[in-house]
Amino acid sequence: MKWGLVVFLTLATLVLVAIAWLQSGGVKQHTISSAATPEEAVQALMSNLQAHNFQQAYDSLDRSSDTDIASFIRDVAGSDGSLRTYSSLQSADVSPLHADPDQALVRVRMNWSSALGSLDDVRDLRVRRDGSVWRVVWPKPAFPAVPPQVLSVNYLRWEVIGRNTSQNWGSQDVDSPKVRITSMNAISRPGRVVILGEVENEDTIPAYLNVNATLLKTDGSPLDEEGSFDLISHVLLPKQVSPYRIDFPGVRMDAVKSVRMDARALLVPASADPVIAVADQAVGKDGLNRNVLKGELVNQSGRPVNIAQVLAAYYDDSGKVIWVSDGYVDQALMPQVPVPFAVDIPNDIAERLKSYRVIVNHYSRTSN
Amino acid sequence: MKRTSRSDFEKYRRLAMLALLWALSGWARAADLHPPATVEAGHAFSIPVPGSGPGTFYLVGPDHVVKRDVSLGSDLEIESRDVRAAGRYQVILCDSACTSAPFEVKAAQPAHLSFFLHPSRVPVSTPNSIDGTAFVFDQYFNLVLTPAAVDFQITPASGTGFARRVSSRHGVAWMRTDSTKHEGRVQVTAASGSVQEARVVQQVAAEACALRVKAVPSGNMVTLETDPVRDCSGNTLPDGTVISFTTVDREGKTTVDTPIKKGVARTQLSVHGRAQISVACGVIEGNEVAVNGKL
Repeated sequence: MKWGLVVFLTLATLVLVAIAWLQSGGVKQHTISSAATPEEAVQALMSNLQAHNFQQAYDSLDRSSDTDIASFIRDVAGSDGSLRTYSSLQSADVSPLHADPDQALVRVRMNWSSALGSLDDVRDLRVRRDGSVWRVVWPKPAFPAVPPQVLSVNYLRWEVIGRNTSQNWGSQDVDSPKVRITSMNAISRPGRVVILGEVENEDTIPAYLNVNATLLKTDGSPLDEEGSFDLISHVLLPKQVSPYRIDFPGVRMDAVKSVRMDARALLVPASADPVIAVADQAVGKDGLNRNVLKGELVNQSGRPVNIAQVLAAYYDDSGKVIWVSDGYVDQALMPQVPVPFAVDIPNDIAERLKSYRVIVNHYSRTSN
Repeated sequence: MKRTSRSDFEKYRRLAMLALLWALSGWARAADLHPPATVEAGHAFSIPVPGSGPGTFYLVGPDHVVKRDVSLGSDLEIESRDVRAAGRYQVILCDSACTSAPFEVKAAQPAHLSFFLHPSRVPVSTPNSIDGTAFVFDQYFNLVLTPAAVDFQITPASGTGFARRVSSRHGVAWMRTDSTKHEGRVQVTAASGSVQEARVVQQVAAEACALRVKAVPSGNMVTLETDPVRDCSGNTLPDGTVISFTTVDREGKTTVDTPIKKGVARTQLSVHGRAQISVACGVIEGNEVAVNGKL
């Protein structure tokens, strides 16, 4: 009886220790320490990143990795209020590209989820054998730095003094900006109808713009109504042109007789800065062999842009807008620092496109 | 005298009863009251009342009702404040039976103008682009339906102004005119008698005209700068107007939307090899230039 109690307590202690080990990530740690293949090493690293265990992730890297932990965290978790800082790693697909007995090249496609949708980050990682385990070599991230300097910025800004509501009927007021839909094209896509085109602020003041479309049936009654949501540049400076795209999921083109467009503009305070250049735009293929429009964004102003969205309009050889796509950039745009971007182009559009035009939406935490 | 308010439920009930009285009185002795057929808003007047003894007098107007105890045989005094609203009124007098008579209150002399001027901004040299509409009211804000002369005075910031006299119809006078060739404030005044209201239209530059860009290579960069951006009348486009620069070189296409500052738009870009540069303002395209980059 006396020995039975001792055995029971010993077994219970062992079970509790095992549970604690499992809960503290012992399995992952074991996987890291026993990553028998390059893919397992990358998977273990991704698991740590997903769990925000940056220290463990850093510790699991190969010693030849020429990076410090601060740079590593900045590289994977973002900085400067960028979209990456508001994202979390949702999943990671690992596929081997090349393998030798002592080192391998593994492609990982990280899918980050954010409030603005999912973001893909594809990297080719070098993995090295370290004794009986494999470890990822994390290259030292290159964070371009601009020399300390003072930029003089005489930016333009519009403020609005509205009508005093206590004034009499008919008193002086300021009209809303005039905007014009310069083109509209209705196309059929798999499982949806898409309305796209361009809209111009024809006025001399900034406009806050919304474009809505109503699909009408053959009897003239409304079939569906949607807005352009984030596939438009809502704030348009004077003479600025923005593409727009309005999706109607679940609607078939043969059910649509006509389309009623509605562009509504409001007079809002706005700033002309920052100016963002879209450099080296080119259509090509990405690491996953998808058609993309690539380029670099250069913030030509003196203040960081935390979140940037690229909007691209594609034209056929007759100059008609045939597609509008967008993509968020998960890095902050620091002044004068080029930041790469890529937005997807459907295959059939890529075959027909003749030219394209890119504009940038931006958001900064500091008010303008 | 007791005044009633339309906002009170009890008063509405009384009003309904008065309406019934009114209907009955029309059948009873309608010929006994003789108010003037037409009265100017805000003018006091009296109505002779035949008979003797006490009675009750009601005045039912478009926006209020008055009830008063009166002695028959004397004149009924209608105060000016009881006939401020233009429209059709009914006087009702009750003793043993009720009698009533209608009269009309018309707007007084013009004393207020509500002046709408559209738009608040207009491109220069645009035909029939400025609309002015004046509503003529008397001092009690009754619309003056009789024709009244309204003088519109248009005074541009530069150049000579002009005037136009319009007679109001049903209380409304309007005019339409072209914007002039020069940007700036245009003051438009509407006046009727001693009443005057002024509004301002901002004439702004029209679409860009003869848009030109020049490229100045400096090292690995090229500075792009437009000539002063003007419309076809020579007015400078306002600062903040977006100019789109596009450069196509061997690396691809680069676009910059940059606002005009101090009359010109300027940006600096790197080019790789030979580059073709174009410029546009909205849907208006400018010239193209070619440069040879050193990268």
